[in-house]
Amino acid sequence: MRIKIRILFIIILFYAVIQILIATGMLNPYWTQIIQFAQIITISAIGLNLIYGYTGQFSLGHAAFYGIGAYCSALVTKSLHNLGFLSFIIGLLSSVILVAIIALIIGLPILRLKSDYLGIATLGFGIIVKVLFDNADTVIPALGGSRGMLGIPRYTNFTLTFMFFIGSIIIIRNLIFSDFGRSFISIREDEIASECTGVNTTKYKTMGFVFGSIFAGVAGVLYAHLYSFLHPSNFDFLKSIDVLLIVVLGGLGSISGTIIAAIAWTFILEGLRVILPGQILDWRLVIYPLILIIIMLVKPMGIGSGREFKFLRPKE
Amino acid sequence: MSYFLQQVINGLQLGFVYALIALGYTMVYGIVRLINFAHGDVFMVGAYLGFYALGLYHLPFPVAILFAMVGCALLGVTIERLAYRPLRNAPRISALITAIGVSLFLEYFTSLKFIFGPNYLAYPRPFVICTYQLGSVCISNVQILVFGVSIILLILLQLIVQKTKTGMAMRAVSYDKDTARLMGIDVDSIISFTFGIGSALAGAGGVLYGIAYPQIHPFMGIMPGLKAFVAAVLGGIGSIPGAMIGALIMGVVETMCSAYISSTMRDAFAFSILIIVLLAKPTGIMGKAESEKV
Repeated sequence: MRIKIRILFIIILFYAVIQILIATGMLNPYWTQIIQFAQIITISAIGLNLIYGYTGQFSLGHAAFYGIGAYCSALVTKSLHNLGFLSFIIGLLSSVILVAIIALIIGLPILRLKSDYLGIATLGFGIIVKVLFDNADTVIPALGGSRGMLGIPRYTNFTLTFMFFIGSIIIIRNLIFSDFGRSFISIREDEIASECTGVNTTKYKTMGFVFGSIFAGVAGVLYAHLYSFLHPSNFDFLKSIDVLLIVVLGGLGSISGTIIAAIAWTFILEGLRVILPGQILDWRLVIYPLILIIIMLVKPMGIGSGREFKFLRPKE
Repeated sequence: MSYFLQQVINGLQLGFVYALIALGYTMVYGIVRLINFAHGDVFMVGAYLGFYALGLYHLPFPVAILFAMVGCALLGVTIERLAYRPLRNAPRISALITAIGVSLFLEYFTSLKFIFGPNYLAYPRPFVICTYQLGSVCISNVQILVFGVSIILLILLQLIVQKTKTGMAMRAVSYDKDTARLMGIDVDSIISFTFGIGSALAGAGGVLYGIAYPQIHPFMGIMPGLKAFVAAVLGGIGSIPGAMIGALIMGVVETMCSAYISSTMRDAFAFSILIIVLLAKPTGIMGKAESEKV
């Protein structure tokens, strides 16, 4: 109980400090946006960690669900804009439902595939979805197609992303250390053995996939209402790779690792923009893959593999 | 009908270029079980090497393509030596992430101004383009060149893999690495050799691609690389004839889709076919189903 109170205190303190920094203008809008983006990408990465890190299902199509969530909610809030914040809630709910349905329809057949083949199939799904976004304006003109979708109301603020950020961590932690979590992990460790001991592998694989995709969808909703502009290239295959990088660098099956890696990833990419002098700014994206390769060569298992912060572990 | 046949020929032109890339993917996957994401960028480097050889030094075409192949082979071997070999015993996903890192590095490093530069470049053609009428279809000398060079290289590869001692060692390593080592095969050098051969083919593919679709830039390797990889999976990854068949199917399907349905939807169609084939036959068209030991 004491540790819970202490954590609650730290969370509130952290929130208050950031809010004060924003209110006093110490943190300019640019960096505020980056902090929000770091939280959004963490939510998405937590979802992929559930699919790949805990359930062991290799997915290279995570950005598709991120994009579906973003586009669906943006369409709702844009068409219901006179409802104000209520439209955001309707958009969020409809995105979650849509993402869950699509993940279920795609997941059921596709999750019969194993390891690399599953990766390729999900990669294919991701590319198909991106092409559909590119051509979406022929069916629904408001989606903008390859010209991009403009004028989405900005509802995402720091309070909102922070709430979802903390909420996702709590949900994922409780999920992993529940009966469901045990089933997910048993499938990752050995699918045949867990089937023999009575785990309904199809059910739990699909469940992990749908839950993980919902996290991506929620992240997409926040993303759409943060930047108020969506373009299909924000959801292409490289964006799925970004999330995969975060999950693997953080260590598969470690919530703490994913959180650290997601935040570090965002700030390294943006930080290099600040640190590097103008003449060699081109080198930013040359240095980044080098950092990536070196981390993998030095720590092939990721930075937080198998370890968790104390407050994310259940009582012994 | 003649329009259809014409599109088949155009599709085969694209398919043969994909085949040259897909072979590198499939051989590397067969031997080290790694999706070598950097392969598409080796293809890009090959196109640029050809560009310099043809455009700047005005070398004849056969010399230029050899130059690109040797350059890419060296690049492939270096990548394997520096980035993948230290991770041979690490989890496979670590090697995959490293491959993605190498891919990003090649793309952004080569787009620096003093390397290849970030701009689109027009590819020099070593000869004047002309078309011949064959019955109801047209075939250009570029297409004949692409078909000819690809078929020669594919036959050479088949000879190397099936008839030489190194080829036999390659097959042994891809079948069972540990047993191959017990039989006195130097597994590390065979893996290097495989990367070299695969990268050389990608380099040749890059030059042909540059000549056939004359515009190059440092990010040109991503999509052809991805599609060639998908072609390898479609044909059954690890199988050389499979990669060829898969690549030709991909090329023809893509061209047909552009010609009859919509050119912006062609990627969606190509990948839908992949998913359908994988669901029907999870190991691809020519892949062998592996039974799982418990």
